[in-house]
Amino acid sequence: MSVVLEIEHLTKEFQRDDVATVALRDFNLSIEEGTFVTILGRSGCGKSTMLNLLSGLSKPTSGRVLHRGSPHSGPTPDIGYLTQTDTLMPWRSVQRNVEMPMEIAGVDKAEREAKARELISTVGLAEFADSYPRELSGGMRRRASLARMLANGAETILMDEPFGALDAQLRAELQRELARLWKTTGHTIVFVTHDIEEALMLGDRVVVLGPLGTVLLDQQVDLERPRESDETKVRPRFVELHATLASALKKGAR
Amino acid sequence: MTEPVPDTDAHNGLSTSGPVKEARRRSWWHRNRRTTTVWGLRLGVVLVFLLLWQLVGKAVANPMFVSNPVSVWEQLSDWIVDGTLGTHTWITIQEVVLGYVIGAATGALAGYVLASIRLIYDVFEPLMMALYSIPKVALAPLFIVWFGIGIDMKVILAAVSVFFLVFLNTAAGVRDVDRGLIDAVRLMGGSNKDIALKVVLPASMTGLITGLKVSIPYALIGAVIGELVASNRGLGYLINDSAAQFNTAGVFAAVVVLTALAMVLNTLVGVLASRANRWKPLDAD
Repeated sequence: MSVVLEIEHLTKEFQRDDVATVALRDFNLSIEEGTFVTILGRSGCGKSTMLNLLSGLSKPTSGRVLHRGSPHSGPTPDIGYLTQTDTLMPWRSVQRNVEMPMEIAGVDKAEREAKARELISTVGLAEFADSYPRELSGGMRRRASLARMLANGAETILMDEPFGALDAQLRAELQRELARLWKTTGHTIVFVTHDIEEALMLGDRVVVLGPLGTVLLDQQVDLERPRESDETKVRPRFVELHATLASALKKGAR
Repeated sequence: MTEPVPDTDAHNGLSTSGPVKEARRRSWWHRNRRTTTVWGLRLGVVLVFLLLWQLVGKAVANPMFVSNPVSVWEQLSDWIVDGTLGTHTWITIQEVVLGYVIGAATGALAGYVLASIRLIYDVFEPLMMALYSIPKVALAPLFIVWFGIGIDMKVILAAVSVFFLVFLNTAAGVRDVDRGLIDAVRLMGGSNKDIALKVVLPASMTGLITGLKVSIPYALIGAVIGELVASNRGLGYLINDSAAQFNTAGVFAAVVVLTALAMVLNTLVGVLASRANRWKPLDAD
């Protein structure tokens, strides 16, 4: 399987006055095409910094990120990135927000309207297509953001704790939806989370990060799909993996 | 076990959560009760004020100082009939509207362009603040020297006052743009042009509209001060002229017309603002 994203000796520092805050130090990781990789780590271990670098939004202090073999020069529509905070345009309705990536790509009006409508109903917001983001609940905004990101048509998708603020039911539904989407499209997904269960429910592979982006554990997840949240969680293999990941996280905390 | 289905209609499990939209017909009274009450009370307050004014006018020893609504009304109708009011009001309207439009357009453009380019903004910001702090009235004599005592000088005085307010508010709007929104457009592969047109421009609208709203009185002030300083036409001249003849009713009549003019302008900008800010929260309903 070919490698989509490759991180080589990546270091990221934030300089302010005479103090540099080091977020990542000599970090290495490669993501294979078509895999679902979850990145598990406690807050402040550099997960979001890593995604910002993978997406091309920020530039590494040293080291490099390769996207399909060539170094990143900036953000590209080939990589979709669902950030932790909502970045829907408040002056655009849901419909127009979802159309936006296609507008920029130059898709003609009729086509992008139809595509956006389809994506909006995929995430269950059909009735709210004409609402403005401020009229929606947090969960609905999240789903609208998801639809907008999918409208990009990117084959590589980065997600930064996308379901963190949602209630347990909705989160399970969206996880199932995401897994289904991944299965049908064959996209590559890098999913950052601090929740062990979520990491296991979704990923083929879980990478556990410690401070400064040290890889504490790189674990293949051999749970069969589709994973239904209630039954998968009681399987002996799930419990075993859960314990392995929890102890890896604990080890990193020391 | 559920088989993954590519068809989008097959899984509508997501649509169950969240609020539901339902049609609710409201009667005219239900919909407009508050508006009607507010307007009724407003009218009442104005009537009470006019009544008190009339009574005070009768009670005071020398009614010339305060005049009274009836004389103001008589003065107004006299002026309307002999065409004085029409001529002078039209001059002032021209000055105010021209000054406002020129000042707002240049202010918005300068604010948008300067604030978008970091270096230029850092260079110009303190200079603009310094110029903004000058009382514009102090410039009137200079403008008379430059542009004469015709309509030009009043237009420019009004435009200069409006310019700085619109400029500063638009620039603040541009600089307040959420970094996350800009990043979102970059992630979609958007160019700098996309960022400028699809993020910065709409985001700066809030600031621009604040600027447009707060600068209306300054357009009037600019024009009227110009007329007071040097003129033989316009409502400012009418005020000056009436005052010189101890015609208090005439002064008040001209002020009433100015007030009406300000209200019309406010309403026009208000309509513009509510159209541009449709996406704001629905709490005002």
